[in-house]
Amino acid sequence: MTADTTPAPAEAGAFNAPSWLRGLGGLIGFALLLEIVPRIGLVSPHYLPPFSEIMAALARELATANFWHAFGDTMRAWALGLVISLAAGTVIGIVIGSSNLLRTLTYSTIEFLRPIPSVALIPLAVLLFGTRLESTLILVVYAAFWQVLIQVLYGVHDVDPVARETARSYGLGTWAQVRYLIWPTMLPYLMTGVRLAAAVALILAITSEIAIDTEGLGREISQTEAGGAVAIMYAYVIVTGIVGVIVNLGARALERQVLFWHPSMRLDVGASR
Amino acid sequence: MSGAVSIARRGAIVLGLPAVLIAAWWIASSGSESFYFPPLATILQTFVSLWLSPQAIPNVLPSLSRFAVGYFAAAALGIAIGIPVGSSRNLRATVEPVLEFLRAIPPPVLIPVLILFAGIGDEMKILVIVFGCVWPVLLNTVAGVRALDEVLEDVVRCYRIGPWARLWHFVLPGASPQIFTGLRQSLSLGVILMVVSEMFAASNGIGFALVQYQRTFAIPEMWSGIILLGLIGIALSLIFRAVEAWLLAWYHGLRRTQRAG
Repeated sequence: MTADTTPAPAEAGAFNAPSWLRGLGGLIGFALLLEIVPRIGLVSPHYLPPFSEIMAALARELATANFWHAFGDTMRAWALGLVISLAAGTVIGIVIGSSNLLRTLTYSTIEFLRPIPSVALIPLAVLLFGTRLESTLILVVYAAFWQVLIQVLYGVHDVDPVARETARSYGLGTWAQVRYLIWPTMLPYLMTGVRLAAAVALILAITSEIAIDTEGLGREISQTEAGGAVAIMYAYVIVTGIVGVIVNLGARALERQVLFWHPSMRLDVGASR
Repeated sequence: MSGAVSIARRGAIVLGLPAVLIAAWWIASSGSESFYFPPLATILQTFVSLWLSPQAIPNVLPSLSRFAVGYFAAAALGIAIGIPVGSSRNLRATVEPVLEFLRAIPPPVLIPVLILFAGIGDEMKILVIVFGCVWPVLLNTVAGVRALDEVLEDVVRCYRIGPWARLWHFVLPGASPQIFTGLRQSLSLGVILMVVSEMFAASNGIGFALVQYQRTFAIPEMWSGIILLGLIGIALSLIFRAVEAWLLAWYHGLRRTQRAG
């Protein structure tokens, strides 16, 4: 936990201490806005119930088993998809990235496959797996895998040529090279990939629940909307937002934790990529 | 002579693996009796008759125009809000947590929400795209404005350059590399939202057609739709890269000379 100071950049000096207070004020103001707008009739309360009603609905939902099932399903699909994409992206990335020949040969294919929107696979997933977990996993993995792979490729490419020559002259084996040469160079890039992939995986997990009706928070949202339980729907929307924030913050915290030794973290400048 | 050889070699490198993969798909599926995996030849025939003919227009045109309207509106909105937020430290401190929260909401979640407000028409789909695409642009604009060159900022102030000239000649160009990072992230998000909003509730569009084919078990048609979406994704990313290379030519040149020097 060395050098793990506040992530605030240099400009936020000591005299600007109450910035978190301002942020809190902003959040409260936003909540008040959501409370007042439907109350004074700017928006029909049928479309947007007052914030207090949404919170009451959320509190009720939190006490139901249904909510925790949906929550668990979403998080399981997210975590499984993320782990699969991380493992596959890292291994394939190291293999391709370590060989100049493989890298040039696969470059165009990767650039072609990457921009294909993963939602294009929805019909195929439905036909093959229906509304089972595998459908969600296909979408999540297809979207998150490229994020990891591209970062790992950048990372492996970034290995210092002198260090590589040195490792070779000292007769380091393949495994030792991966462990002591490629891995440390690649790690910052991989962490960027983890951060991007974690966010994308959550989006696609919820997308699949909305579009394919697999079980999870997304399905609760579309079903409560169809059933007219608007306050509960907003409660679920807020939950997905909170999950998203936690995922983002968690990924950033993990990045700091894993890379505490890295100059970009020690100097507190933030990685340039 | 050697130039021609090297071009041929580069062509072989670029096209080699894709050609092998497509050929493998073609051969592996050629005699396919599998219901879900029809021969590639059949898929391509369907693709030509379905999407390369005038009858494709009623589905392709609405999708792409909704995407374009939503994407450009999101870009304009993100830059317009991002510049004042990035310029004022107090404003930024106030709205940042709210923005972080709104950004973290997975955008497809907004489809059911916006159906309440805007029904299932074009407005809903455009709003979904705007709502989803605005955050990457907005947050990257904020970051770009914050990272503006301080010396240049002082120069602009010393010369008392007016607010519009300052915006046009200093703030926007200075933040544009970051803004483009946001625009690139929004691009793939926008395509996803275009398709999903049409799958969820629509009467036309590529996503709508795709779901219809799947539900009626029109498998070659479905595969051809998947290929079409893939091609659209690739085409958009190529167009984006060309526009970026053109508008940010000065920046890439600067980076190159910096690296070389």
